Amino acid sequence: MLRKEITCIVCPIGCRLLVEKDDKEELGYKVSGNKCTRGEDYGIKEMTNPTRVITSTVKVLNGLLPRVPIKTDGPVPKDKIFKCMEEIDKVVIEAPINIGDIIILDILNTGVNVVATRDMK
Amino acid sequence: MINYDIVVIGGGPAGLAAAIEARKNGIESILVIERDRELGGILQQCIHNGFGLHEFNEELTGPEYADRFIKELEDMGIDYKIDTMVLHVDNKKNIKAINSNDGFMEISTKAIILSMGCRERTRGALAIPGSRPAGILTAGTAQRYINMEGYMVGKKAFILGSGDIGLIMARRLTLEGAKVLGVAEIMPYSGGLTRNIVQCLEDYDIPLFLSHTIIDIKGKDRLEGVWVAEVDDKRIPIKGTEKYYECDTLLLSVGLIPENELSNNLGIKMDSRTQGPIVNESMETTISGIFACGNVVHVHDLVDYVTEESRRAGKFAAKYVKGLIKNSENIVKTNSGTGIGYIVPQIIRIENIDKKLKLFMRVTDVYTNIKLIIKADENVISQQKKKQLNPGEMEMVNIPLDKIPSDIAKITVELVKEGE
Repeated sequence: MLRKEITCIVCPIGCRLLVEKDDKEELGYKVSGNKCTRGEDYGIKEMTNPTRVITSTVKVLNGLLPRVPIKTDGPVPKDKIFKCMEEIDKVVIEAPINIGDIIILDILNTGVNVVATRDMK
Repeated sequence: MINYDIVVIGGGPAGLAAAIEARKNGIESILVIERDRELGGILQQCIHNGFGLHEFNEELTGPEYADRFIKELEDMGIDYKIDTMVLHVDNKKNIKAINSNDGFMEISTKAIILSMGCRERTRGALAIPGSRPAGILTAGTAQRYINMEGYMVGKKAFILGSGDIGLIMARRLTLEGAKVLGVAEIMPYSGGLTRNIVQCLEDYDIPLFLSHTIIDIKGKDRLEGVWVAEVDDKRIPIKGTEKYYECDTLLLSVGLIPENELSNNLGIKMDSRTQGPIVNESMETTISGIFACGNVVHVHDLVDYVTEESRRAGKFAAKYVKGLIKNSENIVKTNSGTGIGYIVPQIIRIENIDKKLKLFMRVTDVYTNIKLIIKADENVISQQKKKQLNPGEMEMVNIPLDKIPSDIAKITVELVKEGE
């Protein structure tokens, strides 16, 4: 992508950043509209390798509740979010579950695990 | 009659932090009463992350944040009752409560901490015209159905109001396979955190229609669609801007109201701006020995601030039980000046402040490059430059105790444009 407008979320100001391809720059992109250097780092990361932590739930059998919340224990590439959701949707587990239990190991070879975010008796 | 030193009403983040802090300050006999099936309050359905950045310096999900406090409370052996409803509290600190194990209970206590939280504004509060089909629910109700009960609420949704829960639910519905057509916000700015606008809407190309509202609802048994129109600066729909969106679900994220039925029956004084009890520096209400903290006092946008404020309530409730609170002759009032919507606490007894006075406030509009000025009576004692202030993001100000003269009548916070 050659240029993209993004809202910075590093702090509450929410600068409108313009990230443009520029081979003269060390990292290959020029950021404008930012009021600080953290905004520059954020803009380049969003352009080159945007990642997100996914939070969702999986189905539970014999638990206090029919669902247990989960998260990826690190960020996954943004373009893999829906593929990850397909994997998460397939899971059915039995209670009891402890917070931090690994529900899916190394989801889609991202190096990131899906873990439970609460106990479920 | 059951006796306790401190009874905490509500086992969400505020009640948990208050109870734990009261125990740390030496009170053995504490009871937490919770009406839901487990402790943790609304955090248990907020499965997204972003909690705890201030408190723990890491990003936790709602259930993880709750888990830390629930386990600490259980490790301390603090008593709690779940599935228990408080029916009545009187100003002599007698509590009537009920559940299906113990039946009707009368509990007498030396101090009470009110931490009942808040609830969502509903369609009734907005008076949207149109029919009343199924498929219209508050964003928080949808959140509980999807995240805890395992029910999907619909396939094609529209969201009214850009509060944080609405934004979070826009993403949640999208991840679960629904199509979210858009979010309409009647104000010219969003009520949610910027982070949520970016990560919940922009990430999924969900449009945010500022200065827009819903003017009609179609559908007999199930919602069939909504009419959306742009509004002018008086929030009146503009003729000719109407647009129809076919959808089976409408989520409302249009504000939260502190849940104060018990407080109102008690006769404690309320603040019409926060819709919560008036509190002092110790988070004590206008009835001595009855404290309040968290969203029942004023709606917070970060749970971290709820925890901080509730610890103060717990600490001072413990001091009250031990007879250590200083009753001051001089009552200082906080005063919301230009641009400030409200300030908590409303009343200050300087003798009880420990090193710093902490004020929570909200601004009334979006302000950029502005000075936030704090005055003791008419003298400026502190000022801070702010690049941006939003009504959707609560401001916190710390004033060192040595900057506050002891003989003043009021502390005013106001906004002044730079250079004035």
